[in-house]
This record gives sequence, structure tokens and C-alpha cells, in this order.
Amino acid sequence: MIRRIATHLQRLAHRVWRVSRRAVLALMAPVLALVFSIAMSSVFLLLADASPLEAYSQMWSYGTRSDSLVSMVNRAVPLYMSALAVAVGMKMGLLNIGVEGQYRIAAVAAAAVGSWIVLPAPLHVAVIIITAAVAGMAWITIPTVLKVTRGVHEVISTIMMNFISIGLTAWLLANWLDSRESSSDLLLATDYIPESGRFPNLNWLIELFGVELRAGTNLHGFVVVAALIGVGFYIVIWRTRFGFDLRAAGINRQAALVSGVDSKAMVAKVLLISGALAGLVGISQMLGSFYRYTVDFPAQLGFTGIAVALLGRNHPAGIAIGALLFGFMERSAQILDLEGIPKEIVTIMQGIIVISVVVAYELVRRWREAQAQREVSREMPEATQSTTEGLPA
Amino acid sequence: MTPTPAVELRGITKRFPGVIANHDVDLTVSRGEIHAIVGENGAGKSTLMKILYGMQRPDEGTITVEGDRIDLKSPTDAIEAGIGMVHQHFMLADNLTVLENVILGAETRKGPLLDLAEARRRITELSDTYGFRLDPDRLVEELGVGERQRIEILKVLFRGARILILDEPTAVLVPQEVDELFRNLRGLRDEGVTMLFISHKLDEVLSIADTVTVIRGGTTVTTVDPADVTARDLAELMVGSELPTPETRESTVTDVVQLEVAGLTVRDATGRTAIDDIGFSVRRGEIVGIAGVEGNGQHDLINALLGLVPLDSGRIVLGGVDITHHSTRRRRESGMGYIPQDRHREGLLLPEPLWENAMLGHQRTVPFARGPWIDAKGAKERTETILRSFDVRAPGVGIPAHALSGGNQQKLIVGREMTASPTLLIAAHPTRGIDIGAQAAVWEELRVARAAGLAVLLVSADLEELIGLSDTLHVIYGGRLVAELDPAAVTAPELGSHMTGAGKGAA
Ligand SMILES: Nc1ncnc2c1ncn2[C@@H]1O[C@H](COP(=O)(O)OP(=O)(O)OP(=O)(O)O)[C@@H](O)[C@H]1O
Ligand SMILES: [Mg+2]
Repeated sequence: MIRRIATHLQRLAHRVWRVSRRAVLALMAPVLALVFSIAMSSVFLLLADASPLEAYSQMWSYGTRSDSLVSMVNRAVPLYMSALAVAVGMKMGLLNIGVEGQYRIAAVAAAAVGSWIVLPAPLHVAVIIITAAVAGMAWITIPTVLKVTRGVHEVISTIMMNFISIGLTAWLLANWLDSRESSSDLLLATDYIPESGRFPNLNWLIELFGVELRAGTNLHGFVVVAALIGVGFYIVIWRTRFGFDLRAAGINRQAALVSGVDSKAMVAKVLLISGALAGLVGISQMLGSFYRYTVDFPAQLGFTGIAVALLGRNHPAGIAIGALLFGFMERSAQILDLEGIPKEIVTIMQGIIVISVVVAYELVRRWREAQAQREVSREMPEATQSTTEGLPA
Repeated sequence: MTPTPAVELRGITKRFPGVIANHDVDLTVSRGEIHAIVGENGAGKSTLMKILYGMQRPDEGTITVEGDRIDLKSPTDAIEAGIGMVHQHFMLADNLTVLENVILGAETRKGPLLDLAEARRRITELSDTYGFRLDPDRLVEELGVGERQRIEILKVLFRGARILILDEPTAVLVPQEVDELFRNLRGLRDEGVTMLFISHKLDEVLSIADTVTVIRGGTTVTTVDPADVTARDLAELMVGSELPTPETRESTVTDVVQLEVAGLTVRDATGRTAIDDIGFSVRRGEIVGIAGVEGNGQHDLINALLGLVPLDSGRIVLGGVDITHHSTRRRRESGMGYIPQDRHREGLLLPEPLWENAMLGHQRTVPFARGPWIDAKGAKERTETILRSFDVRAPGVGIPAHALSGGNQQKLIVGREMTASPTLLIAAHPTRGIDIGAQAAVWEELRVARAAGLAVLLVSADLEELIGLSDTLHVIYGGRLVAELDPAAVTAPELGSHMTGAGKGAA
């Protein structure tokens, strides 16, 4: 009996060891990249006549304040959605550069519909979210049709759609959705979404832990939806037949075709899913703190999402870490201006991180291969036979 | 004093997780000889060659080339040392010309500019010296396998290789092309080029090689003079079993037509007629062989049957159902099994685990899926079964497909298709790269399945295989079926002459 328990424990320990080792190995590349990019950023800071140590310690102490951490999460959620939208395409070798345009259009549509209708609370929120997803999907329809029927590369068509979206959203806002009573209001904006269409915040959750939040800080409730979508992403891609087809088409298109995957249908589905996810990028902030679309609605989230997807290797867990990291950097950079350091330094840092992550993954991959090789050599003494020997011919 | 050998490998050991691929291997290759290496699937031939080409680093052992101990860190180092490798799988860019393919990565330069004239001159010179008959300006996609093979060799020679590694260069070549290749190789040998040659076709080995080394279970067993041994002896040295021949036992052909093809015409992207008015049928329990030199439409025919290309005209009926307009998926799910000609291109997801590879083409059916979900447990169990019954040698179902030796990858595909109990099996070169022992097992599997009512369409470059297995034999030439032959009466040379279009009158 005791021996049984002992072997069980031993096995468990072995498993824990294996899993933790895998985790350490998986984290190695990003950590390596982070260290490298901190070093590089220090050079830039020195060039800007600032003390890197001072800057980092300021960023850290400011960035880890409770309200900063809330802001980090709030900033991470849109990046997370954006990166998921990119990643689903990447899994099949499709690059949707048009997330930027898709989420802008979707945000305008969501604000317009949300401020126009009045429904009971949960329904109102649901309608807004669905509107955003559908609008994002609609905006990628043209590139999808062009790709499937004419073979137009999605990178080109989605970039074009980005340009169009900038013009179109500005025009819609100025001519149709402008809610200003007098022209003395400077900010061009839609009407506010009424109370019933706003996503309840999660401040109570934080307060549960006895943390007092500053007034005006609120943790966007949409983070829950984003997390659920992330889990769904994982399940669909790695656990379903659909996901298998998708991955197969991404790894070896011809083999996937032969196995019965309808390549065109698959391309269409994946692009539409990507567009729908992209549509949700702006929703967290809109339903959590702005409650309307304004001309200065956050921009560039679509492009940053590509970087985050690269950082997270198209895996929802990796993307979550990447998005939080970017969120933290962007929030903590706010303090730099007060110190007289241009906060754009953080954008440079983010760029360096992405490049170094790509390099670091490759280095770590090689190192791991060599490591595995060494281990195999150690585990298998001279005398061991090759598996080919002794087996029946 | 004996002359310095071109290559000397001493005590080479290479381990992979769960496998010792090479174990204390010694190999000496004299200058200017064709040295064949034979051994069963997974014996470690490719690994040894990859070590010599700098693609893999040995755990132990030394490499000496032309008397110099060298340390190969990458193929670049190997090329520097005058070693070149022609891989088991072609690595050419279809949409580039012969010239462009050859110079890719080894561009001749004049200042910062490409010196194409110089490159063309050298290619023409090499091509003439060795009788390669290659036009530098042809597009690769227009060329047959025989020519592609020669481009691969030319590529290597262009980089200045004096030692040539050829890993299964004849796998999809028909006998005429093999003869031509061998003429080229002998030409190279006469110019002092040293060659290492891997093949599972022992007759070919005996006809081309000056020396034969047998590898078994990762170690060199012996080195023999081909004049002293027969193919049977070699087989025994390799696997300790007799040389099998494919021969059909009594006919199991039934009256039930499983596949009926009529008036099939397909044009390729350039508008050229790829297959022209093809009609034939395959009955349950029958193996129908298609013989032809690669590039005469057999691949287009297969693509048409699988529904991968639009038809110009024609009708395809499978098991009494008109499937002409069905999708590939519907065809495959109504019982169409497929063993592709090129396992890397059409058959495998190389970085993925074996169990996911075993699903490919059957990913929506039990035991691989349950409803919309993947059934990883069921898939792994099925994969275990395939590995066991088809003798695929792998340390586990979780390892990536690229870690299998070429022949074991092929066995995995054959096993996957056979285990799914198809009603029609389209088999293109089913035993490509499989060693003679396992070949016999695959043939036996085919016969058993045929006796149980399986209809098989067999495309192969191996004429013995075609004649030995087929109940009915068609010859494809220029996209048309030009002759129907009785496999019981036809000999390999006769079949060979039909395939070049010469035997039309005799049909
Ligand atoms: N990259 C790899 N990772 C892990 N194992 C490998 C790898 N490459 C080869 N092996 C293993 O090493 C052994 C020898 O493989 P190798 O490819 O050298 O065989 P081979 O003699 O060329 O066989 P074949 O005739 O089937 O091509 C096999 O058991 C194979 O599974
Ligand atoms: Mg091999």
C-alpha cells in the first residue's frame, strides 16, 4: 500500500518536474528577449540623456500601483483581441493586416447602434457586441471575396481597406453620427450609449481583496469575455476537427487539400472569424469607459496586435502574456513625461522586444535541440541497441 | 602505399531520442568509385549521409575527406570540402528555369551583379561533359522527373562537388530513366567523381556500384564486391530474409464495378491537354495497374479522381454513385483511399506528431473524431495499431513525422490508408523507399485487401511490382491510355517499350 502511494508520488513528482521544466523552457525565449531589449532600450535612454536605471525604477514603481495594474489589464484586453484576430489567420498562413480598419468600422457601428437602441441591460450589451463582430466581419468580406475568387493577396487588400476605413469612419462621424449640439464642442463624437448598454466593471472583485481603488479607476468587465474567447480559441484550434483542418492547411496546404480540406471555404471561414474577432478590439474600452466613439478613439491597436501575436507565437496563453506586457509598458510609460523623458521610448522598446523575441525563439530552439541531443547521449549508454535491431524483419 | 581514400568515416555514432541511428560506423570510400549503401528502413543510411553532408553533427567519430580530418558544422562546410548531396526529395523551384535553379544560392558574380553569362557557360559545359542534355532556359515545371533528377545533380556539380551523395535517386524513375541516370553517373565516375549511392533496388545497386556496404541496425555489417554477391545475398545480409517477388496468387476479381471512369479529359493551367479521353474501370477485388513514364498524365489522372482539378469532360462513378461533381472530402469519405507519390508534399504534416499524421485524410471519422471533436485518445490508439501492424519503427506516437526515416514515413501512410478500410485505393508508388522486407509485407497487405474486395488503382515506376500485382494493366502515354496488356503474359522489357510509345503496334 505504502509502496503504491510512494510510486504514485514519485510519478507525480516526475510529472511536476517535467511540466515545470517545460514551462521554464517555454519562458526562456521571451525572458531572454526582454533582457536584451532592456539593454538596448538603455542605450536609447542614454542617448536621450536620461538615466536608464532611474527611468526603469520610476516605471516600475508607477506601473505596479494598483490603479496602474488595472490600467494595464484594460490596455491589454484590446491588444489581446487584436492579436487573436491576427493569430487565427496566421495559423493558416493568412496575414490579416486589416485588423486596424476592421475594429474602427466595428467601433463606429457598435457606438451608433448602441446609442440608438434601448434594451434591457444584458440584451443591450449583447446586441452591441454582436454588432461589432458582424461589422468587423463585414469589413473583411471584400478582401475575402477577392482572395477566394480572384486570388488577390489578403495583405494588399486589407491594407487598402484600412485606408478606406479611416476615410469612411471620419465621414460617418462628421455627417451622420455627430452628436454635438453646438459647434463650440470641439470633440467630434457619437451619442453616449445609455447605462443599459455599458459593461459592468469588475471593481468589486478587486475590492474583495481589500484593495482601495482611486476614484475613476475601473476594471473593464469585458476582460471576462476576452478570456472566454481565448479559451474558445484554444479549444477550437487544437481540439476540434475544424481546428485540425485549419492547422493542416497552414502546415501543408497540398496535403490538407488531398485530405479533403476545401481550401477556399477554409480561407473564407478563417478570414471571417479573424474579422469578427477584430471587430471586438475596441469594445472593451467603449463599453468600459468611453461609452461612445470619438475622433480620438484609440488607434494603432490593429498593428500592435500583429506584434503581440508574434510575441505570443499565435497561442492564446502566449498572447495573453504579451498583451499584458505591452499594457504594462504603455501604462508605466506615462510617468516618463513627468521625468522629462519622451515616452515614445516605450514604442521603441516594444519594437525591440518583438524583434528580439523572434531571434530568441530561434536561438532557444537550437539550444534546446542541442540540449536534447546531449541528454539522449547521456541516457543511452554505448551498449543500447538501436530500435531497429532485434525486431522481426 | 594505398591511395588516400576520398572519404573515411571512423566510429560515427549518432543518437536520437529513443533511437541510436548510427552506432560506431566505419566507412571507407575510395576516390572515383560508386559506393552503394544498402540497409533496411531506419537502418541509418540517410542519417550517416546527413552527417557527411554537415546536416547532422555526430555524437562521436571522425570524418576524413581526401586525407584531411574535417569538422562539418553545416552543409556550407561540406560544400567547401567538395561534398554535395542530392536529397531523397527534390528541392527545386518549379517556376524558375533550369539555370535559375542551378545557380540559386551559388550565384556567380561580376562585381555586385549576377554574371548569368558565366553561369550559363559553366552549366552548358558541365551538361555537355556528362551528357546531361539540359537546356538552361527551360522552366522546371515543364520537365519530367528524370530531368529534374539531373538538375539536382548539376546543382551539386556546379558548386564544385567532387564527392556526390545520392539518397534514393531512382525511387520514382522507370527503367529507361534509370539507365540514362546510370550512364551519367558512370560518366561522372570516369571524370574522377566519387559517389555514395543509396537504394532499395538491389539489382540497380549491383549494376552500378563498385563497392557495396551493408548497414544493419545502425552499424556497418560488411563491405562486399558486387561481383561476388547476388541480390539475394544482399537481402539476406540486410534483413536476414529472402528476396520477395510480387506475384499475384489466384484472381479474386469480381463482377462488381467499383470505379468507372469514362471520357475523362483534363486541361492543365496552361491549357495543354493533360489527360485525354481516358476510360477504364476497376472491379472489386481487382488491381488495375497504370504503367507509364512519369509526366505522361498519371498524376493528372489521380488529381481528377480525387477531385483536385476541374474536369473538361467525363464521368466518374464510384460504387454506383456518380461522384463527378463531389468534393474531395466527399469522395474520400465515401471510401477513396490515397497513397500519394510524394509523401512529403501530399501525405504528411512533417512537424506534427505521428498520431495527427495518422488522422490526415480521415480526420472526421471514428476513431479519430467524435462529433466535431478530435478524439486524441482514439487517434493515438489507432496509431499504435498502425505502427504495430505495418512495422513502422518509431519510439512513440508523439514524435514528429520528420523524425521517421523515409521508409517508415511511407509505411505509416500505407498503414493509415489500409487501416481505414477503403473501397477504392489509389496507390501511387506505394512501396517507394520501402526496404525489400517491408515491401513484401505491403504487397501481402494489398493482396489480402484485394481478396476481401478492395479495388486498387496502382501507379508505379517499378515494373516488377506492376506486373506482379496487377490483374489488368494499362499503359499511359501522352495523357492517353494507349494499350491494355495482360500482366500474366507481358515481360518488363516489353512493358518498358510500350511506355515510351514504341509498342503501339504491338498492343
Ligand atoms: N531528426 C530525427 N529525430 C529523431 N529520430 C530520427 C531523426 N532522423 C532519423 N531518426 C531516426 O534514426 C533512425 C535512422 O534513420 P535514417 O533516416 O537514417 O534511416 P534510413 O536508413 O535512411 O531509412 P530509409 O531507408 O527508411 O530511408 C530511424 O530510426 C529514425 O527514426
Ligand atoms: Mg533514408
